[in-house]
Amino acid sequence: MNIHPTTAGLLLAGILFVLGLISVLIRRNIIFMLLSVEIMLNAAGLAFVVAASHWGQPDGQVMFMFILAMAAAEVSVGLALILQLYHQLRTLDSDEASRMKG
Amino acid sequence: MDITFLIAAIIAVLATVRVITCYHIMHALLYLVVSLLAVAVVLYTFGAPFMAILEIIIYAGAIMVLIIFFVMMLNLGLETVEHEKAWLRPRIWIVPGLFCLVLLGELLFLILQNRQPAAGIQVVSPKQVGMAMFGPYLIAVELVGILLMAGIVGAYHLGRQQGKTLHRFLENNLDT
Repeated sequence: MNIHPTTAGLLLAGILFVLGLISVLIRRNIIFMLLSVEIMLNAAGLAFVVAASHWGQPDGQVMFMFILAMAAAEVSVGLALILQLYHQLRTLDSDEASRMKG
Repeated sequence: MDITFLIAAIIAVLATVRVITCYHIMHALLYLVVSLLAVAVVLYTFGAPFMAILEIIIYAGAIMVLIIFFVMMLNLGLETVEHEKAWLRPRIWIVPGLFCLVLLGELLFLILQNRQPAAGIQVVSPKQVGMAMFGPYLIAVELVGILLMAGIVGAYHLGRQQGKTLHRFLENNLDT
């Protein structure tokens, strides 16, 4: 089977994205949900780089660097939020946050 | 499609599957590091070595180590693993998993249906990326800088411990 490299790269990105989506749907531990969002962001960045190498343009790689910076900012704020949630509720269950007041 | 891409892609998918089926968060994090390293190899095979190095340094290095330190700091213990094992029963996740697998099959079918003629992949050098970043994307670079600054300030503000104004030494002395 002779698959074009761009097709193969996009397939890998799609598979990784769907795996992250499954995980963010079935998990209830909030750290695992954060990890799943990381997997999905990484898959999106992979798709950008594959597209950049398909057309030979640097725009996709620039977007990949922006995604890296955004993931760093998102993970720091997300971890601080999880820390506050754990101190308030003494659990990591994401459903428990629905009865948070104030 | 060369063999290095194929091996790295299979490793990435298998490690990601292990991430989403692990009960213990440390094992999941280590598998996620393996998955990110495999994705870095994939990026290298697509003619983006600079992006592969950035993936290893920032994703597998900085972000994953941040999460690992955070999990160590929380000191969750075995009880959380038991909770997660009790929550992750098959009848909970089988329906969303099935829907997502159907979506994945549809995606595979659509992509494999109209494949492009062989044109190969083109290498984009880091110099081109730098010229684009500090040329037409200059405003976006500055916005990302503002985003990182807001992230730092927000993380500090959210993660601060409230209500603890005295040092431990002073507290102990005030009691006696």
